[in-house]
Amino acid sequence: MNIVVLVKQVPDSGADRNLRTDDNTVDRGSANNVINEMDEYAIEEALKIKEAHGGEVTVLTMGPDRATESIRKALSMGPDKAVHVVDDALHGSCAVATSKVLAAALGQLNADLVLCGSESTDGRVQVMPHMIAERLGMAALTGARKLTVDGSTLTVERQTEEGYEVVTATTPAVVSVWDTINEPRYPSFKGIMAAKKKPVQTLSLGDLGVAPAEVGFEGATSAVLEHTKRPPRSGGAKITDEGDGGVKLVEFLATEKFV
Amino acid sequence: MSEVLVVVEATREFGVKKVTLEMLTLARELGTPSAVVLGGPGAAEALSAKLGEYGAEKIYAAESEEIDGYLVAPKATVVAELVSRVQPAAVLLASSQEGKEIAARLAVKLDNGILTDVVGLAADGTATQVAFAGSAIVKSKVTRGLPLVTVRPNSVNPTPAAATPSVEQLTVAVTDTDKLARVVERVAEQKGSRPELTEAGVVVSGGRGVGNADNFKLVEELADLLGGAVGASRAAVDSGYYPHQFQVGQTGKTVSPQLYVALGISGAIQHRAGMQTSKTIVAVNKDGEAPIFELADFGVVGDLFKIVPQAADEVRKRK
Repeated sequence: MNIVVLVKQVPDSGADRNLRTDDNTVDRGSANNVINEMDEYAIEEALKIKEAHGGEVTVLTMGPDRATESIRKALSMGPDKAVHVVDDALHGSCAVATSKVLAAALGQLNADLVLCGSESTDGRVQVMPHMIAERLGMAALTGARKLTVDGSTLTVERQTEEGYEVVTATTPAVVSVWDTINEPRYPSFKGIMAAKKKPVQTLSLGDLGVAPAEVGFEGATSAVLEHTKRPPRSGGAKITDEGDGGVKLVEFLATEKFV
Repeated sequence: MSEVLVVVEATREFGVKKVTLEMLTLARELGTPSAVVLGGPGAAEALSAKLGEYGAEKIYAAESEEIDGYLVAPKATVVAELVSRVQPAAVLLASSQEGKEIAARLAVKLDNGILTDVVGLAADGTATQVAFAGSAIVKSKVTRGLPLVTVRPNSVNPTPAAATPSVEQLTVAVTDTDKLARVVERVAEQKGSRPELTEAGVVVSGGRGVGNADNFKLVEELADLLGGAVGASRAAVDSGYYPHQFQVGQTGKTVSPQLYVALGISGAIQHRAGMQTSKTIVAVNKDGEAPIFELADFGVVGDLFKIVPQAADEVRKRK
């Protein structure tokens, strides 16, 4: 099975994150940039499928030059190769344009299965799997907590608010995963060394047949007008329990009219 | 005034969800609200009274087994067709997984911008979004097409404004590519009478400090006394204390209730990402240095196994 995993480099969600003051895009320059955590689960799932059914795993990333670090990190887990879509004109692209670029790249890769995380920790927009599926006329099975592959049949179990659903489709399809699906492996030393030699193909917009005017700020379908830091919360009263902590807590709730 | 389409989110058990009422309230500021019900045969009838109560002047009903039997693609096709026909002033969907997914496909079909996790929408289409786990407030706008936004639950106070909606049945004409992801089974899980996590006015969450699955009864008891939903930190979920669908945080649900009660939760950034826009935060933790206290409007340092039962008794006394 030819599997492509979408990997996004994001600013570390454990550190302070900002939007740039000059153009309102995510500040990636000063951030500690890492693989979007949910994507590691997608990589793991791809590797497990390859181990069970054979095939090839390709990492696909759209991002600036520095995304190479995340691509190597992803490869160190075990994928065979990577494709990096990199072009200065992409800076400022909206989700709609991003899906156009990724769909164009996927069109060249002939994937049977496109795996990705359910959302990225920076945007948390959750739209990419369905946008790509819509463009490519494929099924999208989103939010998988379990994925079973039987020949060309994919079956996914997905959490819903009322319980869970079992959803099925045949390949080619896009499947997005939650962090409940598996436990991603840590790259081994051997894996890290091997990753340095794995092929990483770079593709420009020209290679994909996408015009620069369709992406970036020029092609964006939405715009950030302004942004402000939300004032940080400040802690209020903190008491140490002296046998009446529960009562004191409820007294506070009563003054706030919750009780 | 032009129409504003509100794509209805509802559950079989509880009917119209609160976020739908919030969207209708928001839509009234922007134009004339029309509710779009997408479901199996008969779906609209059960919901129409509530939708009218909150100001829906019209209900578009797309009812078909094809809507119910596949993941969102048929819904997106129906809504896209409707949007092209009525040219609404805006389209509002819930910022839930399904709402975002329908919106995603609409955006591509209509070559239209999309804004998610919107907490406010002005008449000129300027949306307010909360970004980076509540640490930034962003004003943004769709610059191509109409405002296509997903609204985060608990953003607007839903207020009734009675209307008598007319009902228009939509023809559901979906293509084969809309039917690629087939739902073969829906399994309802025991949920009880608690409100849905993202919509609840009160959320009581437990963390690693709760210690085991059995002890989560304490969390549930306090939640029930306060009429709230139960949440859990990632540490509690990873330890198997509570099911994943109740996880609050970066890789779980984002909640923004009036009151958030954190029990035995240290307040790692992973967790804070999902709850720090709550109006009032209360915390109980044995570690006085736990970062959760930096957020808490009221914190008690001590043993939650003593404090929580005492608090539960005190709430009962005051009822």
